[in-house]
Amino acid sequence: MSGTTIGSPVDAGELDRLREAARRIRVEVIRAVYHARAGHLGGPLSAADFLAALYFHELRIRPDEPSWPDRDRFILSKGHSSIGLYSAMALRGYFPVDELLTFDGANSRLQGHPDMTRLPGLDMSTGSLGMGISAAMGMALGARLTGRDVRAFVMLGDGECQEGEVWEAANAAPHYKLDNLVAIIDHNKLQQYGWPGDGPDGRIPPQVTGEMAGKWAAFGWRVLEVDGHDMAAILDVLAQVRVGDGRPVAIVSNTVKGKGVSFMEGHYYWHTRVIKPEEYAIAMRDLGEPDPAEGAAR
Amino acid sequence: MTLEMGRPQREIFGETVAALADTDPRIYVLDGDVGSSTRADIVEKAHPDRYLQMGIAEQNMLGVAAGMATMGLVPFISTFVSFAVVRPLDQVRVLIAQTGANVKITPSYGGLFTGQTGMSHIIVDDYAIMRAMPGMVTVSPCDDTEAAETLRWAAAYEGPCYIRLGRDATPRVFGDDHEFRLGKAEIVREGGDVTLISTGAQTARTLQAADLLAAEGVQAHVLHVATLKPLDVEAIVAAAERTGRVITVEEGTVIGGLGGAVTEALAEHRPTWVHRIGLRDVFVQSGPNDALLEIYGLSGARVADQVLEILRGS
Repeated sequence: MSGTTIGSPVDAGELDRLREAARRIRVEVIRAVYHARAGHLGGPLSAADFLAALYFHELRIRPDEPSWPDRDRFILSKGHSSIGLYSAMALRGYFPVDELLTFDGANSRLQGHPDMTRLPGLDMSTGSLGMGISAAMGMALGARLTGRDVRAFVMLGDGECQEGEVWEAANAAPHYKLDNLVAIIDHNKLQQYGWPGDGPDGRIPPQVTGEMAGKWAAFGWRVLEVDGHDMAAILDVLAQVRVGDGRPVAIVSNTVKGKGVSFMEGHYYWHTRVIKPEEYAIAMRDLGEPDPAEGAAR
Repeated sequence: MTLEMGRPQREIFGETVAALADTDPRIYVLDGDVGSSTRADIVEKAHPDRYLQMGIAEQNMLGVAAGMATMGLVPFISTFVSFAVVRPLDQVRVLIAQTGANVKITPSYGGLFTGQTGMSHIIVDDYAIMRAMPGMVTVSPCDDTEAAETLRWAAAYEGPCYIRLGRDATPRVFGDDHEFRLGKAEIVREGGDVTLISTGAQTARTLQAADLLAAEGVQAHVLHVATLKPLDVEAIVAAAERTGRVITVEEGTVIGGLGGAVTEALAEHRPTWVHRIGLRDVFVQSGPNDALLEIYGLSGARVADQVLEILRGS
């Protein structure tokens, strides 16, 4: 769990602003996926609070100058949660929020998985799991080698951590003392289908309790755990990360898959699924939106 | 003509990248723990801060290279061909080729000469795989001179490229005044009876075959195709028109490799009688270099034999 707070305390107004940003991200995720009749849900919803904290608070970025050389980098290694990232970027001002309704469409800049050659502001193309952390390591290393004060954040899924490349990177990064490399593991305890077992819907979580933190620690990373839906706690952990200790950082963000939408929370089958109109209405109500007019959103 | 022996391309790799690093602060070598083999150790000795050990983890190494490239650096990859092409193939595809990352995939131990390692280390489908990948420039220099030129070219080129380098000394085809030009094939011998098209270190052995063929009264026209992509279709069509008969010769699989590339180009632009000499759907065993060239039909003498056989049968 996070320890002492470093840096200036965050006032209640900032917390409210970030919580509202997270809520808006979730709303746009549901709206876009409903409209596209395609895309992923559980992952973007579990990651929404952390994405809000990064894009609206922590990352040193310039949405009107997406290629600013000294920006902090962010890579969504769990690229299937792309609509969560796109929503955060749109709400932060990278592109119009209306463009989110082109998600997953032909010729859209908002491809099913992030394509950096199409959308300015994406720091890496991802989607084939396990790769983002290596690219982030290259960015953190590149920043060091060129003497730039740039941090590289990368968000991984807990299921994604089954990919061997994740542990190749985990093994290599401490050799270069990259404390400007921050891996956030969205630990939502579910993957697309999962191993059969004695868990929700007959599936078991990708890792047993404590396993995720222990693995990163064993590879020599500085490990911080946080409730990934507690905005104050997220900001606290991000404040701690600003002061490096020579080790790359792994933040285990404990989350609920499908967070914020009652009937999606904790169910693997909402990893990716088409939303029916009646489900859409419930989801929007759960997220504090007014009931959509009949048929208006599609 | 007798070709003099050149130097191993892997040594040229170490020396050339070290020399490039003298003047270009962007250049780094990423090593998959084989620097003492690929001669990345030469870079390390000259510039310890430009040598980055990535451990025995090629998927991560190629991904790190992609990330470094976005920071304005120019990573050269040090490993064996098999561990640069197929082991991290998806990383090369998604992180490097798709993004256009300025990463130089420059492994050695290409082709059959790998120090008697056998099927795990000898990969003969690298031409086919890399040239099929969208956005990937694919180059196979024939000797030490051309290897140095292609590495210097790669440092100046903005974008991903694959350069197959060799482990052992092979005969020198070009003089020191040679100039590599991307996408340009070169006539290395004139003749009117049959066109032999070759790439990489095989070109020297194809020239040796041409000498043997001349003694049999067959004048071979030999085209060296250092760049498999972008392919010099114009030169290939011209070489085909010169003799009306084309035989490709490569230290690689004919399926999708140089033989595939030439056949595709001629089928589209000038349908021509083509035969392909190279590896035919086989994994390569370990053994001394000369023995492997004999077994797989790639020595000068074996190529000449096959060409005569093909011509007799036509």
